[in-house]
Amino acid sequence: MTPLERAGTVAVWTVAGAVVLFMLAPLAVVMAVSVSASPVFTLPPPALSFRWYERLLTLRDLWPAARVSVEVALLSTAVSLVLGTLCAIAVDRGDFRGRSAIVTFAVSPLMMPGLVVGVALLQALRDVGLRDAYASLLIGHVVITLPYVTRTVLASLSLFDFSLIDAARTLGYSYPRALGKVMVPVLAPAFLTSGLFAFLASMDNYPISLFLTDARTKTLPIQILRYLEERPDPTVAAISSGLIVLTIVVLLLADRLVGLRRLAEV
Amino acid sequence: MRGRRPAAVSLLAAPAAVYLLVAFAAPLLVLLATSVVTPTGLSATGYVRFLSDPFGWKVLANSLRAAALTTTICLLVGYPVAVALVRARGAVQSLLLVSLILPLSVGAVVKAFAWTILLRSDGLVNQILVLTGLTAEPVRLLFTESGLVLGAVNIFLAFMVLPIYSVLRQVDPSLLAAAATLGSGPLHRFLHVTLPLTMPGVVAGVAFVFSMSVSMYVIPTLLMGDRYQTLSTLIARSYLFMRDRSLGSTVAVVLLAIAVVVVVLSGLLARSPRRTAVS
Repeated sequence: MTPLERAGTVAVWTVAGAVVLFMLAPLAVVMAVSVSASPVFTLPPPALSFRWYERLLTLRDLWPAARVSVEVALLSTAVSLVLGTLCAIAVDRGDFRGRSAIVTFAVSPLMMPGLVVGVALLQALRDVGLRDAYASLLIGHVVITLPYVTRTVLASLSLFDFSLIDAARTLGYSYPRALGKVMVPVLAPAFLTSGLFAFLASMDNYPISLFLTDARTKTLPIQILRYLEERPDPTVAAISSGLIVLTIVVLLLADRLVGLRRLAEV
Repeated sequence: MRGRRPAAVSLLAAPAAVYLLVAFAAPLLVLLATSVVTPTGLSATGYVRFLSDPFGWKVLANSLRAAALTTTICLLVGYPVAVALVRARGAVQSLLLVSLILPLSVGAVVKAFAWTILLRSDGLVNQILVLTGLTAEPVRLLFTESGLVLGAVNIFLAFMVLPIYSVLRQVDPSLLAAAATLGSGPLHRFLHVTLPLTMPGVVAGVAFVFSMSVSMYVIPTLLMGDRYQTLSTLIARSYLFMRDRSLGSTVAVVLLAIAVVVVVLSGLLARSPRRTAVS
């Protein structure tokens, strides 16, 4: 190894080490603050206390918001899995012009500023007379979850050998049965990873929800933002820690099922 | 060789396409229309008003500056991390992946809140600065552009690392070995083999990070407060507080235009001849 190469290697690992700390520090700090007895974010915590977690139970607006978030995330992910998979199959198997345009279009909500999409949707929904916040949220969240599914399922389909379906049919399977027995298991990891990222994207979304929520129907990130503006205290850290733990559990499950490296390829 | 291709398969794209046309494309077109339609007809007054106002330029400059700084730092830090991710094995690789994917899956609101704690004058960042002797006294970070960019880099870094990583790990090591045999030094090899081959990943990462950081809302709201406006915070203010639909839609279209330029440019760059070098 030349000195220059050695210097490069040292630099790469130094940066990587620093980045690990830099990336995990915010999560660690939130969790540390949430179990601190001090109300003013003093670190390290002067004494341990679970009082902020106890306060969570008394927050009236929190639980309905959490419920709305989970419901909207589950429903929009389910809708996106169906629409996105159908779209991916059409693009991969279909024989029409403009297939790449369809893909670009289907993925484009990810590249557009969320706030602009939210404002546009708010205005359009008000123009057609839809004022129900729950329905509006659902419509908006399908727009932002659909790209994750379309992109991932399409990538997975392009690696799938469709002659396997023909082979299964030669062996006596009907077309739908061949799809179910051969294609679905191969695509299962794609469904799982894209569904996971769609779910998390919906749970965490604030730029679209910001405009589509109303006084009665709020999502969790909007409610947290509200608490932060009103009275920032470690209760928010307790909520956040809950979300971090939930994310860790979901990722551990995903790691078990498809592996971390595969998640990085989304 | 592909099997049968029934024409009906193409129709399966219809539900998603129609959905996005109605719930995504049409609202954006309506927004565009709102920004140029006045009671007396078509007019660009909104844009003239926004761009002739020094405040408008200030807001635009704030957004572009913060996004450019964030993207540059993400690229400089992210590339080495992608290299480390390719070279790492076993537990080290898992640790690196976890430190990128876990924060990616935690919401921006939670992370921005964390940075309000980290950046306080008695916060962790200041403790490190004083401890390492970089500064004698704690410095003001919260409500400064440095603090904003630090938080933004933290939140968007993974979007730079992962696209570069996915291209970098496909670079054939024998190409580098061949270059070395031909007498090319490490720096020359990086600049003339690795970097050109990984350009698609760099372009994708830069496009992701720039388009996200130019439109960030929650990070400036929590780390900068009301006195610092970006395009996004101004849009939210005009709709939610000032009830000024005309200003809001104008700023929204300006932001949309920036995003479209980024997408088109990155599309063009990704299609440039360099791309063929990868395959």
